[in-house]
Amino acid sequence: MTPERIVLVVSVLLGLSVSARAETIQVTIDKLVFAPAEVNAKVGDTIEWVNKDVLVHTATATNGDWNVNIPGNQRGEVVLKKPGAADYYCKLHPNMKGRIVVAP
Amino acid sequence: MIVKLAAGLATGLAALCLLTAPVFAQGAAKPTDPQIAHIAYTAGQLDIEAAKQALEKSKNKEVRDFAQDMVRDHAEVNKQALALVGKLKVKPEDNDTSRALTKQAAAKRDELAKLSGAAFDKAYVANEVAYHKTVNGALETTLIPSASNGELKGLLQTGLKIFQGHEQHAQHVAADLK
Repeated sequence: MTPERIVLVVSVLLGLSVSARAETIQVTIDKLVFAPAEVNAKVGDTIEWVNKDVLVHTATATNGDWNVNIPGNQRGEVVLKKPGAADYYCKLHPNMKGRIVVAP
Repeated sequence: MIVKLAAGLATGLAALCLLTAPVFAQGAAKPTDPQIAHIAYTAGQLDIEAAKQALEKSKNKEVRDFAQDMVRDHAEVNKQALALVGKLKVKPEDNDTSRALTKQAAAKRDELAKLSGAAFDKAYVANEVAYHKTVNGALETTLIPSASNGELKGLLQTGLKIFQGHEQHAQHVAADLK
């Protein structure tokens, strides 16, 4: 039995579903670019922005649902609570844009 | 090239900005790396000084936040610029464009000093939009293409993205002030 199968069996025994486990998805900020510009996630997942610039940036949902401040050379995160597509931008440099597609 | 720059700036820019366009049309020769470094650094310093005036005069939170963002970002970019010229052993060289920018910024500061309250806020932010537009135009059409050192070019390119961000940010603030 492969390690993956063991994890699956144990998960099932514990009443967990592997696919439903929340994940952390990283988005890098480098030279004023969110990369990848678009990510797919699901409700409960965390988006973690890793800011490689020395400048302060924000990840701000266009619909106002969330706003994350990300100081230079630091990280910021948000837990996704609503399904749907969320466009976001940096309030300080609005030419920086990203998108998260959140599955239920 | 300079004529093209002036024409490009003139067609695309608002009336306020037209006043600043001739700054980059002065001096016919293509700028050298030491001159480019001086112009870019000066442009950043002048925006920091403009922001400091706003922080002294404005009571509007959004305007003050914007001014603080300008001080922080431009100081950071200029710190990197100084580190780079140090590493490259390039000595920034004063030139007509830097001098014209400085003179024009001083005139604008005097003009803004006479205003207060909402009138100051609007005039400061409008000038920030115009100033960033002018500097971005110069970066795109003259400074970046003229830079011969790859690292200097790279820093200017990142600077351009930052300043384009500032221009859009200033536009948002200007829209909110209406």
